[in-house]
Amino acid sequence: MKRGTREYTLWSIGLFVILAASLIPVIWIASLSLKAPATIGEGGFFPTEWTFDNYESLFKGGLDSPLLRPLINSIVIALIATTIAIVLASFTAYAIARLEFPGKLLILGGALAIAMFPPISTVGPLFDMWRNLGLYDTYAGLIIPYLTFALPLAIYTLVAFFREIPFDLEEAAQVDGATPLQAFRKVIVPLAAPGMFTAAILVFIFCWNDFVFAISLTSSDASRTVPAALAFFTGESQFTAPTGNIAAAATLVTIPIIIFVLIFQRRIVAGLTAGAVKG
Amino acid sequence: MADIVLDGVSKRFDDGYEAVKDMDLEIKDGEFVILVGPSGCGKSTALRMIAGLEDITEGELRIGGDVVNQYAPKDRDVAMVFQNYALYPHMTVRENMAFPLKLGEVPKEEINPKVEDAAKILDLEQHLDRKPANLSGGQRQRVAMGRAIVRDPKAFLMDEPLSNLDAKLRVQMRTEVARLQKDLSTTTVYVTHDQTEAMTLGDRVAVMRSGVLQQVDTPAELYQRPRNLFVAGFIGSPAMNFMPAKLEGATVKLPFGDVRLTDEQRRALGDRDGDVIAGARPEAFEDAALVGEGRERGQTFKAKVDLVESMGSELYVYFPIESERLESKDLDELAADSGAADVPGSDVNQVVARLDPASKVQRGEEAEIWLDTTTVLFFDPQSGERLGAEQR
Amino acid sequence: MTGAAEPAASEAASPEPAPKVSDRTRSERRLAWMLCAPAVIAMLLVTAYPIGYALVLSLQEVDLRFPDEGGFVGFENYATVLSSDLWWQGLFNTLFITVVSVAIELVLGMIIALVMYRAIFGRALVRTSVLIPYGIVTVVAAFAWFFAFDPTSGFVNQLPFVADDKAWFGDRWSAMSVIIAAEVWKTTPFIALLLLAGLTTIDEGLYEAAKVDGANAWQRFWRITLPLMKPAILVALLFRTLDAFRVFDSIFVMTGGGQDTESVSIIGYNQLISRVNLGLGSAVSVLIFVLVLLIAFIYVRGFGTAIPGRERGAN
Repeated sequence: MKRGTREYTLWSIGLFVILAASLIPVIWIASLSLKAPATIGEGGFFPTEWTFDNYESLFKGGLDSPLLRPLINSIVIALIATTIAIVLASFTAYAIARLEFPGKLLILGGALAIAMFPPISTVGPLFDMWRNLGLYDTYAGLIIPYLTFALPLAIYTLVAFFREIPFDLEEAAQVDGATPLQAFRKVIVPLAAPGMFTAAILVFIFCWNDFVFAISLTSSDASRTVPAALAFFTGESQFTAPTGNIAAAATLVTIPIIIFVLIFQRRIVAGLTAGAVKG
Repeated sequence: MADIVLDGVSKRFDDGYEAVKDMDLEIKDGEFVILVGPSGCGKSTALRMIAGLEDITEGELRIGGDVVNQYAPKDRDVAMVFQNYALYPHMTVRENMAFPLKLGEVPKEEINPKVEDAAKILDLEQHLDRKPANLSGGQRQRVAMGRAIVRDPKAFLMDEPLSNLDAKLRVQMRTEVARLQKDLSTTTVYVTHDQTEAMTLGDRVAVMRSGVLQQVDTPAELYQRPRNLFVAGFIGSPAMNFMPAKLEGATVKLPFGDVRLTDEQRRALGDRDGDVIAGARPEAFEDAALVGEGRERGQTFKAKVDLVESMGSELYVYFPIESERLESKDLDELAADSGAADVPGSDVNQVVARLDPASKVQRGEEAEIWLDTTTVLFFDPQSGERLGAEQR
Repeated sequence: MTGAAEPAASEAASPEPAPKVSDRTRSERRLAWMLCAPAVIAMLLVTAYPIGYALVLSLQEVDLRFPDEGGFVGFENYATVLSSDLWWQGLFNTLFITVVSVAIELVLGMIIALVMYRAIFGRALVRTSVLIPYGIVTVVAAFAWFFAFDPTSGFVNQLPFVADDKAWFGDRWSAMSVIIAAEVWKTTPFIALLLLAGLTTIDEGLYEAAKVDGANAWQRFWRITLPLMKPAILVALLFRTLDAFRVFDSIFVMTGGGQDTESVSIIGYNQLISRVNLGLGSAVSVLIFVLVLLIAFIYVRGFGTAIPGRERGAN
């Protein structure tokens, strides 16, 4: 089994390299966040002096603290945008996956085109409109533009999941005496729930990640999300760089992502590749 | 329970394709009718129209006397068994079977006894609390049947319900379905492409082809008196042998020689003369050496045997016949459906004969074969109609 | 009084011969459009309207610092943008980052996909670990790379063979390399996962047949894997090219567009938000939008990339 062992070693090395490459930057930012502010300038990968000072100062001052408000903003905005997108998209996706009607391809193609829009193309007009409508620097002012990418993403993922539910089941339910609505509620929804949940995770991650809208359409902690807040962090005094704080905040917002990924990795992969690769 | 009447029913799809053309079919209360035909013949579409899953373009459909064209499936009170069973994967066997009852607002205390009864009939009692994913193919099939019988509907509609089972189980379930239908005597429409299933199961069999109903009859009638070439070739396995023939007064010229027609045969043919297509079932042949009495009813000839297949209880013997190839749309379609058209050498006229296993016929040798010519049927080469069929 | 199949109602009301489109088909269409309407209207409102508005703004002089001036100026804003060196430099930077990072990602992504596909053990572990860069907030990733290369706080300059005082962000090309590295790290997993999904659709038997036919591993890859993965590769490339073209977050965090590293999105942001010159900025926005359409068009027409989800339209 000489060949077998050689192959084994080769793949082991490959796996190790991939693991290291994916994780080192994450470990680095976490390690940086644990360095005492005074030792940050020393360089080096691991802290010489471990401390949670950077985290503490992030939350000092309650709602006026550098991170708490943005964190709440991020969570609330992403959750609302995700909910709206999933609800609206599941109607559309159901129609596209199940019903015959003219305009189906147009909707799919249009959704794809919209998903590809550079946010910078709409941010200028939105900036102007939001200032006139009083939506500038509000939750709604971010939730609405988030729908531009959230809706197409949700539609695509959900269409792929809905198509996997056998058509027969709905017909069987109808012959068994169900109205179309009952067939949808009692057969389709329970079967589609995992897919809808997966779509929700993906949409949430995308909303959580947005930066262009967040820095362009907000001006204060009233609605600034974490990525935008990170970019505007200032040091304790004008002579200290906010490196440690940024690293700590960065680590904090990465933890939920890592937990999501750990629990739902199979689903996330299915959702990401659903619809994109087939035939 | 109720009768089902299709009165001039047609189905045209949006793209103009006509799947079912002007279909007339009366299914009596309690009758077991099989819709059979090659794939794409419209049999499933016809069934789905009865279920209400497909709109009826033209004509009238009556169930128990009511015109139901515009009824939604749920208002027709029919039960359907799907080809892939369509069991709800998120429900247990019990919930699957109770689902139609719950939707029908059957009182809670009546649901459980009904489900248990059905489970007992189908031998599913110990599986009631399992999910479909944990059942074998045969068990799933029985759950699908259970979901249908539990409501005591006006009719059962079955769309190739056994085609996903392996061969042995299929035969077993076939008898099971027949027994169940007899016990419940519920009107049943059963779709299949398997002519053996059709012949063994139905009170009557309806043969369809390209959306047109060809013949509706009892299995025996279909077998002995097919209305046309298509039905003759589709029903029976191995299929009927077709060969060119020429009628000249009281004799017919077959590739094996001239044969005298019986008075009855001649009478049925009317005053028809000239080129026709003759059809002979494989069992009409026998090893000449084994034919005792009745030998005078037939014709003996010599043939060089290409192949001998022994089935144990019978022998299938293949030999070529000297004749030009038959040109017929019906035969081409049958060949395409059975896949024979794709086999190299299919353009050679070959005859298959079913002989007694005692026969000593050997491959590659010349054999003496006898044909019972009284059972030979004759068809019009143009229209494909069986000559004399209309006089029945 | 909608098209729901109510037996009594429809029986009474069908005097004229059956129309070409049946009641059921019509009610199915109506239901479909009703279900699609909310999302479609929302998408149009949040994209088509602002894009149209951007077009209008781009033809006017709108500078919020001088609110009293303004008016229709025709294509003057476009002329200003297209005649500025800054725009062309930004476009070059954007295309450079796009081409280089997508090329590297494709090769790395393919290797990772192959490793994951053939993995003897630890497939789930690798899949989880590559998903982490993908799930991480882009700004966070950018900070991680920025701090790593930063001369004061970073560890990179302490590595062997790297000058201790190398100022990575003080020079255009070294800054661009770090930006590209961060992009590649963040999005290679996406390509790898798409390619892995493509790989798993290839029938294992084909490889065995090719082995029997005498093909070595390299030939099997070139002659079987690559041709059969073409659809997956093209879709991955389309997505990633359009995505890379809007590069903004990493540049904003690392250089803020300094050292001549600005992308077109950074230029647009600076005009629109920092200088609040909506007219000029909208011209930039519209140009970016047109370029994205052009790239998508080239992919779909030139390479025959199928629009995902389309192939199964007809059941």
